[in-house]
Amino acid sequence: MTTTDLPGVPPDVDPDQPERGERPATEPRFDGRRGRWVGASIPRHEDPRLLTGRGRFVDDIALSGMLHAGFVRATVAHAAITELDLTATREVHGVVAAYDAADLALGDIVAVLDRPPEEFTPTAMPILARGKVRFVGEPLALVVAHDPYAVEDGIEAARVSYDALDAVVSEETALAPGAPAVHEEAPDNVLLDVSMFDTPGVDEAFADAALTVDVTTRSGRQNALPLETRGVVASWDARDDQLLVQTCSQVPHQVRTMLARSLRIAERTVRVTVPDMGGGFGQKCVVGREEIAVAAAAQRLDRPVKWIEDRREALTAGFLAREQRYRTRAAFDADGRITALDVDVVCDMGAYSCYPFTAGIEPLMASAEMPSVYRVPAYRVRGRAITSNKAPTAPYRGVSRPQYVMAIERVMERAARELGLDPVEVRRRNVITEFPYTGVNGVTYDPGTYLESLDLAEATIRDEGWYEAREEADRQGDRHLGIGFCCFSERTGYGSEAFAKRKMTVVPGFDLSEIRMDTTGSVVVTSGTMNHGQSHETTFAQIVADRLGLDVARVKLRQGDTERIAYGWGTFASRSVTIGGSAVALASERLGELLCRIAAHLLETRPDNVALDGDGGVVQLDDPARRLPFEDIADVAHLRSHLLPKDVEPALTATASFDVPGDGTFSNATHAVVVEADPGTGEIRILRYVCVEDCGVVINPKVVDGQCRGGIAQGIAGALFEEVTYDGHGEPSAASFIDYLVPTATEIPDVSIQHLETPCAFTANGAKGAGEGGTIGAPAAVLNAVNDALRHTGVELDTTPIHPSTVLAALEGEL
Amino acid sequence: MRDPHLLALTVNDEEHEVVVEPRRTLADVLRHDLLLTGTHVGCEHGVCGACTVLLDDAPVRACLVFAVQAEGSSVRTVESLADHGELSDLQQAFSDHHGLQCGFCTPGFLMLAEGVLAEQPDASREEIREGLSANLCRCTGYQTIVDAVHATACARREAAP
Repeated sequence: MTTTDLPGVPPDVDPDQPERGERPATEPRFDGRRGRWVGASIPRHEDPRLLTGRGRFVDDIALSGMLHAGFVRATVAHAAITELDLTATREVHGVVAAYDAADLALGDIVAVLDRPPEEFTPTAMPILARGKVRFVGEPLALVVAHDPYAVEDGIEAARVSYDALDAVVSEETALAPGAPAVHEEAPDNVLLDVSMFDTPGVDEAFADAALTVDVTTRSGRQNALPLETRGVVASWDARDDQLLVQTCSQVPHQVRTMLARSLRIAERTVRVTVPDMGGGFGQKCVVGREEIAVAAAAQRLDRPVKWIEDRREALTAGFLAREQRYRTRAAFDADGRITALDVDVVCDMGAYSCYPFTAGIEPLMASAEMPSVYRVPAYRVRGRAITSNKAPTAPYRGVSRPQYVMAIERVMERAARELGLDPVEVRRRNVITEFPYTGVNGVTYDPGTYLESLDLAEATIRDEGWYEAREEADRQGDRHLGIGFCCFSERTGYGSEAFAKRKMTVVPGFDLSEIRMDTTGSVVVTSGTMNHGQSHETTFAQIVADRLGLDVARVKLRQGDTERIAYGWGTFASRSVTIGGSAVALASERLGELLCRIAAHLLETRPDNVALDGDGGVVQLDDPARRLPFEDIADVAHLRSHLLPKDVEPALTATASFDVPGDGTFSNATHAVVVEADPGTGEIRILRYVCVEDCGVVINPKVVDGQCRGGIAQGIAGALFEEVTYDGHGEPSAASFIDYLVPTATEIPDVSIQHLETPCAFTANGAKGAGEGGTIGAPAAVLNAVNDALRHTGVELDTTPIHPSTVLAALEGEL
Repeated sequence: MRDPHLLALTVNDEEHEVVVEPRRTLADVLRHDLLLTGTHVGCEHGVCGACTVLLDDAPVRACLVFAVQAEGSSVRTVESLADHGELSDLQQAFSDHHGLQCGFCTPGFLMLAEGVLAEQPDASREEIREGLSANLCRCTGYQTIVDAVHATACARREAAP
């Protein structure tokens, strides 16, 4: 297949032949040049196998002699374990083994921040509960049997008795004087309490304010809900002297590191591989205790053991997120310009602190980024992580940004209403317009299109006649249309420098890549990132193909194997294309340089007289008739190495690392939503959804659109539908899809997407991340639109999810 | 194995005999006994639809069907759609419209869509959306899945005599 045969590839684009040398990491990398593949919506490399049922997900793996595992889980939220008897379990037909915490004697998962005790309290998450249980669903024992049905029989036969303790189920019960302690180490149930900023002038600004708004926003606990639940197949390989752990994780190297520590074995004796993964959205970017327990069982039994989480476990015992409360006070001058921000945020992190991010992840993210896209002159913030008797939390797509953006966007709306100004105009007066901009939070924002995206989103809604439609609805009287906006940015290139500022002791940031060309001129490139729906196999191949001037079909990405790459940080925080994609680009450039060097030698010309020709070869510049296809160069490099230049090593490999310098890069967007509230049911229908986004250079437009739409769907889910609720005893009340309301095709609207493009100077491709933005903007935009629809009622809602009953009560004057 | 049953069924035009416990689901028989792992299991309580297959041409949740209930029936799974590696029109439309990301829900959506299109060949885009609301996808926001199925419906209508 030639390049121009592929759909979506413009045939008239000249191949780009960048010459790139070594540059220090702190200097701008992206030189503005584009290639043939980057920017084209080429078909995804992933699609054929996934569409034909030939993908390989973890539950598709079957090993000879494989056993199956399941967990006896706590049925009460907070209790001392008085009896855990597995005698009957072990006698169940088909059961091979049953283990409790003492049987496995594994090291706890402990995630630590480099902060003083008054700011952070480390707590341990045992692999299996020891002594007490801290949430319904906590694993107490592992049952291993010949088939999953016998596992269930074995779990049923376990005898567990408890001495129940009062459960901590809310901010109020956690922080009440004399509240029961979830962890002995944290008697006040506070795991993190950090006042990250208290800049000069906050109190003065409030004293002088023409307007002060005081908004308390809340968001419900949510499940990231990858459609594939978690799972693992572990086996001991005697020849490799290794545990092979095939797991669905966004962070295979962090699983390897924690697993080795918990099992107290050398890290080289653990190999973690990740097959196709059915989504993650952050829930799989932390190390799960289940994968460690199953690996330990496989080691002990010397048999492969598989565990596949069922949906009830996923809903009750999987990592959750998003339960946050913000009190945001903001001072404004008479022109609607914000003069100070004073924020108190409390995040309910549940029963345990996740590895490697810790329970500080949500409040620290909120504290660092809260000023959002606005020029805030003075800023004070206190962020707290509390622990409770609920399932623990992990970073979920957006991590606090949907929540703090909702808080500050509510502030903008409230100020507009109080000042009698248009809410878009208030944003215009406050939004950052000059870049680079260093904020009150010490963060330097690289160039973006904050104002432009806002203007374009508003113009789109206006041009489509939605303001007139709203007026017409007002005239009719019984229709309630609302228009809402959300303007935000999202840091997507968190390098090690940026993460280190959070004072993590395990600091993510860099990523590595190795590229190899074989004797047929095809390449395999590795990355420490981990595709699970984001289309890396396609987009990374586009990057490599452009750098080498190679058909994209000849590029294969390999990820998800700790043996193939020394270390990596996986996929989360929209880091894959920015960091992993840059490492892949740099490795490709180095391979290109190597190919040129060998070619010059073989062509008997100067090294500066050759270049990649953009068509799978190296050409002699002063005599273009003289050309060597990659196959010929590769043939020499591998099979006739005596012909190589004396100072060139055999084979064709190159490696690179990449880390984003400084404060990294920010994508941005504005979302605009039109909703209608049903006066009969209170149901919210989304009539129009517009997204104007800027993620820098778009590698594959179709893929970016997909990330936006999918992210927006999850944001709408949080705004209108999904909530993990608990009763007063800590019993989860949404343990199935009957109660946990995942939106379907009839609830999620079509979304129109417009792209602005501000190339990032720091990444090798000019790309910024695109994975999370949709999720970040949707809750605020929807909430603002609903409030606009309710504007005649005098009610302002500041809590998500927005229940129809609340909307109905507002419309009927009962709030 | 307790109370084993000998089960005969046809899957993708191939006849199979399997020994199963009465409680074994059709999804488990397809995936783990017949090694047709294209059918995925997402919730085991009949809501997400990732395990949707055609049972005697009608879409069913394979997680809610006991294998013994499929005795003598004909089952079609995602593995039946492509023809010697060539994607079917529906599969190609999913790729063209980016109707899949992680691909976990995709086999269920493909089989559901085949069922919907067989039952309502003249379905409008909104009727297709309604039909597809039976299954859950967490990645795409559904729009591109609806687009893919709608494009297939239009193309099939045009091609019909």
